[in-house]
Amino acid sequence: MGLVSALEHVVKKPIWDCRMCGQCVLHDTGMTCPMTCPKTLRNGPCGGVREDGHCEVKPEMRCVWVKAEERSRTLPLMPQDWREHFNNLRPPVDNRLQGTSSWQNLLSGRDRETPPGWTPEPAEAEQAEA
Amino acid sequence: MSRLGELLERGDELIITGEAPVIDGGTLADYEAKLAELAPWCDAMNATDNTAAHAHASNVAMAIAMQRLGVEPILQVVCRDKNRIAQQADIMGAALHGVENICCLTGDDVTAGDESEARRVFDLDGPQLIRLASSLREGRYLSGRSVGTPPALVIGAVENPGAPPLDYRAQRAAKKIMAGARYLQLQICYHPDRLEAFVAALHQGGWTERCAILPSVVAVKGAGPLRFMDASVPGISVPAEVIGRVADAAEPAEEAYRLVREQCEHALSLPGVRGLHLTDFRKDGSMARLCTDLGIKPRSEREQHAHHRVVAV
Repeated sequence: MGLVSALEHVVKKPIWDCRMCGQCVLHDTGMTCPMTCPKTLRNGPCGGVREDGHCEVKPEMRCVWVKAEERSRTLPLMPQDWREHFNNLRPPVDNRLQGTSSWQNLLSGRDRETPPGWTPEPAEAEQAEA
Repeated sequence: MSRLGELLERGDELIITGEAPVIDGGTLADYEAKLAELAPWCDAMNATDNTAAHAHASNVAMAIAMQRLGVEPILQVVCRDKNRIAQQADIMGAALHGVENICCLTGDDVTAGDESEARRVFDLDGPQLIRLASSLREGRYLSGRSVGTPPALVIGAVENPGAPPLDYRAQRAAKKIMAGARYLQLQICYHPDRLEAFVAALHQGGWTERCAILPSVVAVKGAGPLRFMDASVPGISVPAEVIGRVADAAEPAEEAYRLVREQCEHALSLPGVRGLHLTDFRKDGSMARLCTDLGIKPRSEREQHAHHRVVAV
């Protein structure tokens, strides 16, 4: 682990229980880390959320995505576009980035590289309002 | 194109899908017997992918078996057991045998099954899997490599209208529709108000024109399975009064039948609902009774009717 990733880990582990996936999407997910979901889901809650809003896998834990959805609406001081990005389709995790610094990957653009067969969002994605 | 694909393109006829029973061992003849009750009523049936995290004969094998038996399969693909490479291989492998319908799910966790110590995979999630299937349909693997002749995949997904966060579920469904889902089999929902709100949100958003909504119903024989679903199936809650209604009835089996019939009638009355997804745990001839009571004809008759109409035009 390099110096920057070590620093990132020191900052983000205590606050968000950061798992160092190296492709941080906290700003799009109500400042709630989706990698703390036992299924590491990046695109919203699974169908197994319990009636009390707790996790299918860890009944003692509130569902990460129930929390994320609530926070994406209610957290103060969050830019509006961060709230609007909540329902975006996030691409598959690049497992090669595990353990690297998402700050560095953000600066280099590495965290936005997707597999060539992953098609970009269709234009109508912008109007996703159900 | 598959019958399901044709129905989706035609855009107005009823669609009935069914949950095919799993099989653990035996022969094609055994499997045929298991399918016999529900199959005549269904346009297509789910070849499930290790349901509730229990190992069974594989989704691809069941789908191919169904085809041999004259039943149109829907290849269910979950994200729990395999990574993206294996998932693509399964979809393309089934397509090689002419299986075009696929249904993309995140899947229950391994802890829902009888081998909780297994490694969970979840390399992709449900919406990503839908998009991946769309890529295959467009002719390339996720890597960008060509698949040669693209399979005419008919891509679907699932959503649970009854689990928290309730107000977000329709948006999540819309996300799946944007990723390429053309039909959604909904999780069984014992809260009619939640189903109504979910379907209404999709209908008002115009999503039901792009995607067929198929609420699930589960036919059970008594209060026991309802209690089990409430206590043990993640994401399903059955209100105490619903369990009580069946448990306290003079004839619980008959009351459970009335319950499922009411659920069907309610679901089909909602604007934007295109059909039903049927699961049968009764196995006592109730599927024929249910469809007859609802005025739903067997698949063969509905096929003929549609054909005549096309000729008349």
